[in-house]
Amino acid sequence: MGWFKRLKDGIVTKTSDKKEAPDGLWYKCKECKEATTIKEITENFHKCPKCNYHVRIGSYDYFDLIFDGKTEELFTDLLPEDFLNFQDLKSYDERIIAAQAKTELDDAMSVAIGKVHKKPLVIAAMDFSFIGGSMGSVVGEKISRSVDYCIKHRVPFMIISKSGGARMMESAFSLMQMAKTSVKLSELAKNQIPYYSFLTDPTTGGVTASFAMLGDINFAEPKALIGFAGPRVIKETIGKDLPEGFQTSEFLLDHGFLDFIVDREGLKEKIGDLLTLLPAA
Amino acid sequence: MVFLDFEKPLESLFEQLEKIKQVGEQGDIDVSSNIQELEGKIKNVRKEIYSNLTGWQKVQLSRHPNRPYSLFYINTICKKFIELHGDRYFKDDKAIVGGIGSLDGQNVMFIGHQKGVDTKSRQYRNFGMANPEGYRKALRLMKLAEKFEMPVVCLVDTPGAFPGLEAEERGQAEAIARNLMEMAQLKVPIVVVIIGEGASGGALGIGLGDQVFMMENTWYSVISPESCSSILWRSWDYKEQAAEALKLTADHMYDFGIVDGIIKEPLGGAHTAPDEMAKMLKRHIKKVIGELSELSVKDRIKMRIKKYEQIGKFSKKKKNVRVKQGS
Ligand SMILES: [Zn+2]
Repeated sequence: MGWFKRLKDGIVTKTSDKKEAPDGLWYKCKECKEATTIKEITENFHKCPKCNYHVRIGSYDYFDLIFDGKTEELFTDLLPEDFLNFQDLKSYDERIIAAQAKTELDDAMSVAIGKVHKKPLVIAAMDFSFIGGSMGSVVGEKISRSVDYCIKHRVPFMIISKSGGARMMESAFSLMQMAKTSVKLSELAKNQIPYYSFLTDPTTGGVTASFAMLGDINFAEPKALIGFAGPRVIKETIGKDLPEGFQTSEFLLDHGFLDFIVDREGLKEKIGDLLTLLPAA
Repeated sequence: MVFLDFEKPLESLFEQLEKIKQVGEQGDIDVSSNIQELEGKIKNVRKEIYSNLTGWQKVQLSRHPNRPYSLFYINTICKKFIELHGDRYFKDDKAIVGGIGSLDGQNVMFIGHQKGVDTKSRQYRNFGMANPEGYRKALRLMKLAEKFEMPVVCLVDTPGAFPGLEAEERGQAEAIARNLMEMAQLKVPIVVVIIGEGASGGALGIGLGDQVFMMENTWYSVISPESCSSILWRSWDYKEQAAEALKLTADHMYDFGIVDGIIKEPLGGAHTAPDEMAKMLKRHIKKVIGELSELSVKDRIKMRIKKYEQIGKFSKKKKNVRVKQGS
């Protein structure tokens, strides 16, 4: 069943859970290994009722959690393209087709406009299930257009980051999306429109080193992995095991790179507060 | 002299040349015609080798141990240069250097990655891999340039930002991101030249500008060919294929519209004639600064934003706005 159909039926998309619970009924927690029914998890804001582990969810799940009701998806005409004819063990073209079939998404980001406690907000949310939430031209373009939209309508902007970093198969074009998104966000800032950056598990690489770290407010879900280099690379570089809790949300909060951490249960409330306390000037 | 694997045909020619020169110095045999012949041969072989370099070979050339680095260029092309140190928060990063130089009477803020020339200095420079304080130093100098209305020239040459534990603690990602956002709105001209390796966010962190150029034998990519090979091929052995797939050479980048021009190198690479290379770099920088200085601040920033806004390739499907009803 396509996400559109499911949304119409009022059933929340559960792309990530589908993968983790092959039988479709039970979810085994990654953290505490306890089994819970999908229904229980869903009703608990996609968190493990036993240990509060925040299950990785998709863009539409966040829209459902955050927006009041009716939302409109924006910029749905963009599709990724294998313009470099990039070929490793598979071609990029094959990877795109496989990812689209698996996730029923066009690319790793969806943008929607809706209301949170009756105040308008544009949210651009990433999907880790689509080629590791990697940033290619489509992600960059969606952010770019979102910024234009927010300036035009004077609506606050929020990005939900969930990404392994750049999309290698788009080579320098992917790298340039770091520049493109940052440049656009500088225009948003110039227009005094607030940008809330919400970091979720995981946020790494070029995404962290561009828009994810550039919020007027940076906040994250508990225990998310957030960093520039991946833990494995750092471990190889220093030749030592990494300290407990390294590169977690809590670590970043402590080191001064986040404003606060929010439990998914209080997420909507918090965003509502932000829209009241830090609206467009 | 250091010869790269694909330069092997040159090595024996240079050995012969050395021998003949020695003979010439020892005895009274006239070897000048032999020398001339050999030098001609060397030139032809060089032409042959360098006119058909693969992506991976250019990567190797960009890393040539004798290749000139930022401080060489700055010191060669500036009559006066004062190096400035420190980010004013934490420390001075040795992998990124900067300072004010006089370029034929025009004061310019130079910022560049710096690599070492021997084992000791390579470590001192952390192999050109900057920490957050390097990017923050760069930003401090750019802001200083803005205050005193002098153009900024960034020389990029890095295998990547340093992936260390402390780098993460001090916010490597934040430092790079901040630079991108600040460079977008900097009021003075920014000219960027990739002089060696342009690896990923570590390169881009001082690489956003009004005009971006690559020297002929350099590369620019989202990831090094080695790392790309290890991730996508799950083995370190496919670096040549990765280099081809990434299309990371100056020619490709120019075709893609990601860089604005290519600065030609002396035959055999920048390291074979560093002074000549410096002269070409200087001529180029001066010309571009002149052109950029004619624009108003507002127009320049507008053009800069437009330039990056346009980068991206995707296809479009028919307009279809999906409206979701509340659940
Ligand atoms: Zn659990």
